Amino acid sequence: MPITTAFETKIDRISILDEKGNFDEKLGKGLIPDTDLIKLYEAMVACRHLDEVAFRLQRSGRMGTYPQNMGQEATSLGAAYVLRQDDWLVTCYRENCGLFWRGVPKEAILLHWMGDERGNAMPRPHFATPIAVPLGTQMLHAAGLTLAAKYRGLDRIACTFFGDGASSEGDFHEACNFASNLEIPVVFVCQNNFWAISTPCKINSAAPTFAQRGIAYGMPCLQVDGNDLFATVYATRLASEYARKNKKPYFIEMVTYRLGDHTTADDAKRYRDQAEVDLWKSRDPITRIKNYMVARKLWDDAKEAALLERVERDNADAVSRAENITAPDRADFFNAMYEEVPADLAIQRDTMHTHSLGQDPSQLPPEAQARAREASIAAAQH
Amino acid sequence: MANLNLVQAINLALIQEMEKNDGILLLGEDIGVNGGVFRVTEGLQKRFGGERVFDTPLAESGIIGLSIGMAMGGLHPVPEIQFEGFLGPAYDQLCSHAARMRSRTRGAYTVPMTVRVPVGGGIHAPELHSDSPEAIYAHTPGLKVVMPSSPYDAKGLLVSCLREPDPVLFFEPKRIYRAFREEVPEDEYTLPLGKARVVCEGTDLTIVSWGASVVQCMQAIEKSNRSIELIDLRTIYPFDVDAVAESVSKTGRCVVVHEAPLTCGFGAEISSRIMERCFLQLEAPVQRVAGFDTTMPYYKLELDYLPDAHRVTRAIEDCLAY
Repeated sequence: MPITTAFETKIDRISILDEKGNFDEKLGKGLIPDTDLIKLYEAMVACRHLDEVAFRLQRSGRMGTYPQNMGQEATSLGAAYVLRQDDWLVTCYRENCGLFWRGVPKEAILLHWMGDERGNAMPRPHFATPIAVPLGTQMLHAAGLTLAAKYRGLDRIACTFFGDGASSEGDFHEACNFASNLEIPVVFVCQNNFWAISTPCKINSAAPTFAQRGIAYGMPCLQVDGNDLFATVYATRLASEYARKNKKPYFIEMVTYRLGDHTTADDAKRYRDQAEVDLWKSRDPITRIKNYMVARKLWDDAKEAALLERVERDNADAVSRAENITAPDRADFFNAMYEEVPADLAIQRDTMHTHSLGQDPSQLPPEAQARAREASIAAAQH
Repeated sequence: MANLNLVQAINLALIQEMEKNDGILLLGEDIGVNGGVFRVTEGLQKRFGGERVFDTPLAESGIIGLSIGMAMGGLHPVPEIQFEGFLGPAYDQLCSHAARMRSRTRGAYTVPMTVRVPVGGGIHAPELHSDSPEAIYAHTPGLKVVMPSSPYDAKGLLVSCLREPDPVLFFEPKRIYRAFREEVPEDEYTLPLGKARVVCEGTDLTIVSWGASVVQCMQAIEKSNRSIELIDLRTIYPFDVDAVAESVSKTGRCVVVHEAPLTCGFGAEISSRIMERCFLQLEAPVQRVAGFDTTMPYYKLELDYLPDAHRVTRAIEDCLAY
């Protein structure tokens, strides 16, 4: 018997506005109206500025470890721009730009990295899930959220973001498999930023693209220039329309680059060349849009100066709101574990500043009982 | 009233709650057409349709992760993990997400979900089909852990779980799935989570146990001529420390019985709490009858591993000798 072909495929790559300013009229014309393009540019500038502010906050001891988003603004922003406001945006931690576009308050993100859970109490109308630290696990939640919407007869999809490193986690593969087999419309977006802390993307996949990871799960797959806002918008539109219409998932690899360190606790100079970073700086997603707008006379120095002034003021206000939030009650973390605090946990809460943590004071010897009483009175006064 | 075994009682609870709440969806491996490997979900797909009772790919982390999303999206998923030994792959989703979502978001997102898991040994099953990992999950703040010991309790506790706003692990002791029947009301009733049951009252000694071991304890008590009080925890977490403390303060003696390994088993916590709450009333050190700090042996030797009435009797005698 002759050998036949069981399956054949190819991966398309989309680039519309490249770093040299070349613009593909066929794909890009009318894709983003000029008025929107200006707003999207402003959003990227504001996000980049806040990223720098957050970095300085960390360095001056006003914020904990922070993962910079620098260089990856066009990926999540392109998606958030295309998605409907009530589609789920299920992100990791380098999607600030998309979240801010969605309306998530800047102080929500700042508070999270300032070690305050209240930053994650994002109002549900934003349809954005909280920052997920367990790597590569949130894509399953995207599938579940969308399944719930589908079951309720809602025309709602999810778009979930994760990195090249996260695509090595088992949950990523399970999420792709579940979404595909159970027909759940999720747009999977792999942000390939080349580095998972110090692990180069080739250690996370030996295949030529990350996009082809979706093939194994029967999804249409696409690779795009992730530093090209036009391309990320184009791809998300294609993918979301497909997902909505067919009730099936779609896979996009957005090729971008992490210009900063992994987090403020990392020093990328230990493992990557400055020449590589410099090359990618020349492909910056923000500069690219700015040059395009200047060439088309949509933007000029005066507008840029006015924008920067506004951004500085807005971001300073956001920092101020985050830093000036009333301190949480010292027993706050007990009360958030369950809808009702179990009786035993309530005892731990109420004795947290005394030595008797959960014990029965009546079991103490008389002298110790007196000391316990004093400690508890002191704690109450404190 | 119907005379039901544990499997039938759970099945009935699922049917009745699913009829009341269309947000309850069942998912897992082989739970649909096949009705689950223990037939607990028998007939439910036919009754409620493939949208509400569906088979998933063979991936436990995926099952729990998907369920978390469903719960965050407003449903009450009831994932089945086929055997407790397969909880391992789902550990990250359970403990890093389900248990933490409410706390992480200060209540903006919650995970109302009932994870059904057959648990424990004694049915001559292969490796990783006979373990008792309840202490691991009782040690994970944010989860609730329930284990019934009878058909009546199973129905009442499961109904409570299905109305819970927080994630619950509902462990079903497979050794007593079909071991006996009892009267189970068809009418609605609930048993509160976090409340233990006094199975029989006594004045000389307290036994604390849960799940299938309760049956072994009853056998030992029936053979004893002393007045022994048996407490079935029903819920491992929240732990009903008051019920235990009250009983042990009365009897002054306590034996804890569980299938799980001794070290860091939930008996260790119970023993410690008794020290804190009943030290002045204790007549004897707390005794523990438990599985051993070994891997659960293959089934030829599983009865040597599991606490039985004989070992419980010895512990009762030792404790009373002080």
